[in-house]
Amino acid sequence: MPKQIHLAAHFPGVNNTTVWSDPAAGSHIEFDSFVKLAQTAERAKFDFFFLAEGLRLREQGGQIYDLDVVGRPDTFTVLAALAAVTTHLGLAGTINSTFNEPYEVARQFASLDHLSDGRAAWNVVTSWDAFTGENFRRGGFLAEGDRYTRATQFLETAKELFDSWPADAIAADKANGVFLRDPHAGEFRHTDQHFDIAGRFNVPRSPQGRPVILQAGDSDAGREFAAATADAIFSRHGTLQEGQKFYADVKGRLATYGRERDELLVLPAATFVLGDTDTDAQEKARIVRKQQVSGATAIKFLEQLWNRDLSAYDPDGPLPEVDPDVSDQHIARGRASVRMHRDPIAVANEWRERATAEKLSIRELIIEVTGRQTFIGSATTVADSINELVQQDASDGFILVPHVTPGGLDEFADTVVPLLQERGVFRTEYSGPTLRDHLGLAVPDRPIREVA
Amino acid sequence: MPNLHLAVALDGAGWHPAAWREQEAQPADIFTARYWTGLVAEAEAGKLDFVTIEDALGVQSDDPAHVQGRLDAVLIASRVAPLTHNIGLVPTATVTHTEPFHISKAIATLDYVSRGRAGWRVQLSARSNEAAHFGRRQIPALDPANLDQQVVADLFDEAADYVEAVRRLWDSWEDDAEIRDAATGRFIDRDKVHYVNFEGRFFSVKGPSITPRPPQGQPVVTALGHAEIPYRFASRAADVAYVTPTDVDNARQIVGQVDVKHVFGDLVVFLEPTSPGFTVEPFTSDAAVFSGTPSQLADLLLEWQAAGLTGFRLRPGRLPADLRGITRGLVPELRSRGVFRTEYEASTLRGLLGLPRPANRYAEGARVA
Repeated sequence: MPKQIHLAAHFPGVNNTTVWSDPAAGSHIEFDSFVKLAQTAERAKFDFFFLAEGLRLREQGGQIYDLDVVGRPDTFTVLAALAAVTTHLGLAGTINSTFNEPYEVARQFASLDHLSDGRAAWNVVTSWDAFTGENFRRGGFLAEGDRYTRATQFLETAKELFDSWPADAIAADKANGVFLRDPHAGEFRHTDQHFDIAGRFNVPRSPQGRPVILQAGDSDAGREFAAATADAIFSRHGTLQEGQKFYADVKGRLATYGRERDELLVLPAATFVLGDTDTDAQEKARIVRKQQVSGATAIKFLEQLWNRDLSAYDPDGPLPEVDPDVSDQHIARGRASVRMHRDPIAVANEWRERATAEKLSIRELIIEVTGRQTFIGSATTVADSINELVQQDASDGFILVPHVTPGGLDEFADTVVPLLQERGVFRTEYSGPTLRDHLGLAVPDRPIREVA
Repeated sequence: MPNLHLAVALDGAGWHPAAWREQEAQPADIFTARYWTGLVAEAEAGKLDFVTIEDALGVQSDDPAHVQGRLDAVLIASRVAPLTHNIGLVPTATVTHTEPFHISKAIATLDYVSRGRAGWRVQLSARSNEAAHFGRRQIPALDPANLDQQVVADLFDEAADYVEAVRRLWDSWEDDAEIRDAATGRFIDRDKVHYVNFEGRFFSVKGPSITPRPPQGQPVVTALGHAEIPYRFASRAADVAYVTPTDVDNARQIVGQVDVKHVFGDLVVFLEPTSPGFTVEPFTSDAAVFSGTPSQLADLLLEWQAAGLTGFRLRPGRLPADLRGITRGLVPELRSRGVFRTEYEASTLRGLLGLPRPANRYAEGARVA
């Protein structure tokens, strides 16, 4: 039997991937948009729905960034509401391990898992920046180098809380007046560098035992964290060669932690453009890229590398001759991508050489260097590409990011999914009620921990 | 006499510690969505103004004979929202160990998913065991008989700051901040999205919220109080105060101390449809306990209403029995006396409570005014 593909639907986010100017684009905040995308994903038998999160509005040049979608709901609250209008779809939320505390987050995920009958998933992210910290009690308390130790210990603490109630703790025996079979249910004690907490957790063990854990880090520390603790890793390596390399790398790390290769799924994010023919899709993809990278957006992207105000430059003209400013104070804040430019001057030289050689304007260059869509083609072409990447171990499936809210998944659901089902590589019915069932993951054991 | 406002307070299997052992009780279902959906649907069928959902950051008791464990109340409310249409949803959320930024967007999002029916029961925690669940501060064990007034005053001052920060965050986006201006490529008009710059003794919050202004502008803030310090807090922070009078004179006196648009009387209720003869196991609560027929309860509510209360938050002693006693016994009784709605007259919670949608404190017009 061929490998089975896993698919998730990412609610379009606050990057320029999302084309809000499309005539079909709806609200990014009204609940109807979330319902629409989630119900499409469930109709198509997707594994889960995915919500990203950012805890401070982005800024550039000291002002709130206004060219992309701005504004989003509270993750837990919208997922709990979606549990009421779906029956099988997994509900995955991104929750930060820096600006939260384990007791509260664990009870929110355990509650979500109860209220969805076992469909909760947690994408654990880390951040350290004082910029985001300005919205929270402790401010920017965490050093960058400590973010994975905090995340690791946060998750370990949360697992202790998830495991603190035996599955059969509640007797609810009316005749004998015994509500709790185990009077110690929920007791915990955890002390480490970041957390010193003790007491009783107040949510009984949830249907999945624990939520499914997703992780998105790409650094060495991030990959190690995922190999040690995650059920699925959300990567950005969607091509065959890069995907295979990443896949082999993270799966290779599992043995160290006594885990099997199928205990960690690799799910790259992927965008797509469908057309009646491949040529038609290519043409559409070109138009979408131009919508995603307006002249103003191109200048803002360039500023993120150059770290300078480039508002005087013409997006249809050549790249700046001045070099990037490599000082610590960065023009763009609240963006994970900013720290990817480790050597801005080298990248700038590379971009200038490419622009000269290919006769590209600023906008044309940014369209080229910020990445084309992962899958472009007819439904058959896209279905074949997805299947090939999965069968050749470049991934276990994809987290699809539509570029239009909320209808951007409809065509995929209607045309690509049936082809994958015909090829016998994607479910036609859900095999069970929980997200762990969809992902082929066992309910975790409940280790007995000594509570001193 | 104006119409009464009626809310019910949902907690576990009911407010009586042995309620879960009643014949009709469903104690094994307390941790399921269908349990809460059923209760809120029953309250909505009775056209009640809103339900509150109790919560806390710890277990209720250490007695294995009592219900223990709770689901997060904001998430219960959100789970129920798409399946109900008119009733207000007012979860409890604790302010003492949590983040104003998170609660602000959670209640705002509840307002979005319920299309304008969100409220919040602000609760603070003076329990040292709950502080130990977070490990960020110590709260001395308080003796309820001899409260350290400074500790209490600080907790309420922090709660008042918290509500202020949350309210500013709700207003941090003007209603028309999203412009989608194709000509300039701008999704928002950033001049209409505001830093809240809250700075107080206990924390600071920069803002703006990541969530746009909710449908009601300001969801309904509610708080329970039994004494002068909480009354002052409610007067500063709340739209609805819950108070616990012992009799009609006490109700009149409390109403004079609380400067809030709505002052609701809290009562634990055990309702018997016809005979007044049954007795409840001895039980005391912070609120007065009523036991009797719907008609007797209606008499009491009208008497207390005349003392200045605008409504009541009834705490059903046993679920679902006393909730049904309210919706199927008390409500028809009040209607027959012409003091309770027969249909919902508004689609938002503010609407049901007669609270206008407030102007945004950061909007240009509001600043001038």
